[in-house]
Amino acid sequence: MRPFTFNKPSSVNQALSGKKETVQYIAGGTNLLDLMKKHISVPDTLLDVTTLLSDKVQPAPGGIRIGAMVRNSAAASHPDIRSGFPLLAKAILAGASPQIRNMASMGGNLLQRTRCPYFYDITLPCNKRKPGSGCAAKDGENRMSAVIGYSENCVAVHPSDLCIALAALDASVIVTGKDQKTIAIPFKDFHRLPGSTPEKDNNLPENAIITSIDIPANAFHKNYAYVKVRDRDSYAFALVSVAAALQLEGSMIREARLASGGVAHKPWRWYEAEQFLKGKEATPATFSQAADIVTKEIKPLPNNGFKLPMLKGAVEVALQNCLTA
Amino acid sequence: MEKQTYSRRFFLTTTSLLATFAFIPESVKSFYSNVKKLVIRPKENLRILVTINKKKYTVNADTRTTLLDLVREQLELTGTKKGCDHGQCGACTVHVDGQRVLSCLTLAAMVQDKNVTTIEGLADGDKLHPMQQAFIECDGFQCGYCTPGQIMSAVACVNEGHTGSVEEIKEFMSGNLCRCGAYNGIVASIQKVAR
Repeated sequence: MRPFTFNKPSSVNQALSGKKETVQYIAGGTNLLDLMKKHISVPDTLLDVTTLLSDKVQPAPGGIRIGAMVRNSAAASHPDIRSGFPLLAKAILAGASPQIRNMASMGGNLLQRTRCPYFYDITLPCNKRKPGSGCAAKDGENRMSAVIGYSENCVAVHPSDLCIALAALDASVIVTGKDQKTIAIPFKDFHRLPGSTPEKDNNLPENAIITSIDIPANAFHKNYAYVKVRDRDSYAFALVSVAAALQLEGSMIREARLASGGVAHKPWRWYEAEQFLKGKEATPATFSQAADIVTKEIKPLPNNGFKLPMLKGAVEVALQNCLTA
Repeated sequence: MEKQTYSRRFFLTTTSLLATFAFIPESVKSFYSNVKKLVIRPKENLRILVTINKKKYTVNADTRTTLLDLVREQLELTGTKKGCDHGQCGACTVHVDGQRVLSCLTLAAMVQDKNVTTIEGLADGDKLHPMQQAFIECDGFQCGYCTPGQIMSAVACVNEGHTGSVEEIKEFMSGNLCRCGAYNGIVASIQKVAR
C-alpha cells in the first residue's frame, strides 16, 4: 500500500466536504484494501465512514430501508428481510465467505469493482483501470467476461450477487449530497454500461455518499430463487447467476422478475422475458420459452460461448425452483 | 606517425565536464529526495488502542498496518497466519467483537476500541478450547498452517448455529482453504463440538 492519512469524520457533511478525487471512503474495506495493496487504488486519504452511516434495517413507507453500513451477514439474517425479501437474503448468502459477509457493508457492495483479471494485473492494459490503455480481456482470457451490453472498450462484469436481487426487486439507492440533499436512484439506473467510459462503474454523483437502500414492499416472498453457477461449489464469483421471483395466482403467473449476474457490466434485468411470463401458466414449457427469450440476446465472446446454454439452464432451473421455494 | 597533441580547448572542456560530473551525485541526490517528498507521501503513524485477548494495548502503527500485521509483527502474536494477504484463503481469520473477520483486510486503525480474539485467546491457560481439542482428536489438520484460521472460523460457525448438516458446515466454512485437504477432519471436529 502507498502511505495515506487516516481520518474519521464526525458527520456525513464533514465526510462529504473532505471528499476529493484522491480521497476514498472506507467501510468494510474488503475490496478497497485489496485494491490498495495491488496499487490499483492509491488514495492519499481514507475517511472511515463506519460510524457515520446507519447500520439499521428499518421499515420505511411502502417498504424497507437498509442502512448503507448494515453488514451483509446482518442483512441476510434480519427477520424483516428473511420474511419480506427472502430473495435478497438468498443472494447475499450466495456471495463471498462468512468472514467477508461479516465485514462487507451493503452500500459498499454496490460500489465494488469488477474481478476481471486484467483489471487486477497492473502490467497489462485495462481501460477501466487506466482509461485509453486498451482492453486486454476482449481478445484475451475472457471466459468470465460479459455476454451482453459490453463495448469495444470493456467486457468486464459486475461481480455482486446481492445487487442482482436488488435489481430484480426494483430497489432504490438513496444518496446524500454535500448540500444534505437526498436523492433516490432507481437500481436499474445506478450501475452503468461500459460504453466509451468503462472507468465509471456507476452513476453515483460526485461528492455524494450512499446512505441507504430502499426496497418497495412486494409479493415475491413466496416464489423466488437465486441460482448461481460457478467454478466451485462455494466462495467463487458467478459464471452466471439468475434471480427469479414469481407472483402466482393458482398456476397463473401474475408478475415475474428475472435478473442475472455474471453476464454484464451491470446487474441485468430480462424485461422481455418478464413480460412474456406475465399471464402464462407456470409450466416447464413456459419457463423454457422464457429462457429462449433471455438467451436470444446473448452475444458471447470467443472464450465464453458456454455461458449461453449455462444461462438458459440457470433461467429454467431458477423459475422451476420458484415453485418449490 | 604524427605526434598527438592536446589543445587548450580540449583541456578546458574535459576538465570542466569532469568537474560537473563530480558534483552530479550530490545534486541528483537532493533533486531525487525533493521529488520523492513531492511524489511519494511520507508514511504516517497513528496511535491505536485495542483490546486483544482481553489485554489492552496502545500501539503506534503506520496507517497502512492491517490487523494481521499488527498482531503478528508488532504484538508478536504469531498464531494468526498470513496466507494470501488478499482475503482469499481465511488463514488470518480472527474475531472482532465476537464476529469472525479477515484480519488481512482489516485496518488496525479500524479496530480502535474493539475486542479482538486471536487463536492465542481461545485456550483457558493450559486447558484447550473444545474446538482445539476436537481438531486434535479428529485429525483436523496436517501441516497446520491454515489451522488457527480454521479453528477461529469453526468456533464462529458453531456460535452462529450453522452446523445443521455436513453441507451447511461445508458452506459456512468455505472461506477457509486447506491445501492438505484435511476438510473431512475439520467437518468432523465441528460436528463433535456442535453436539
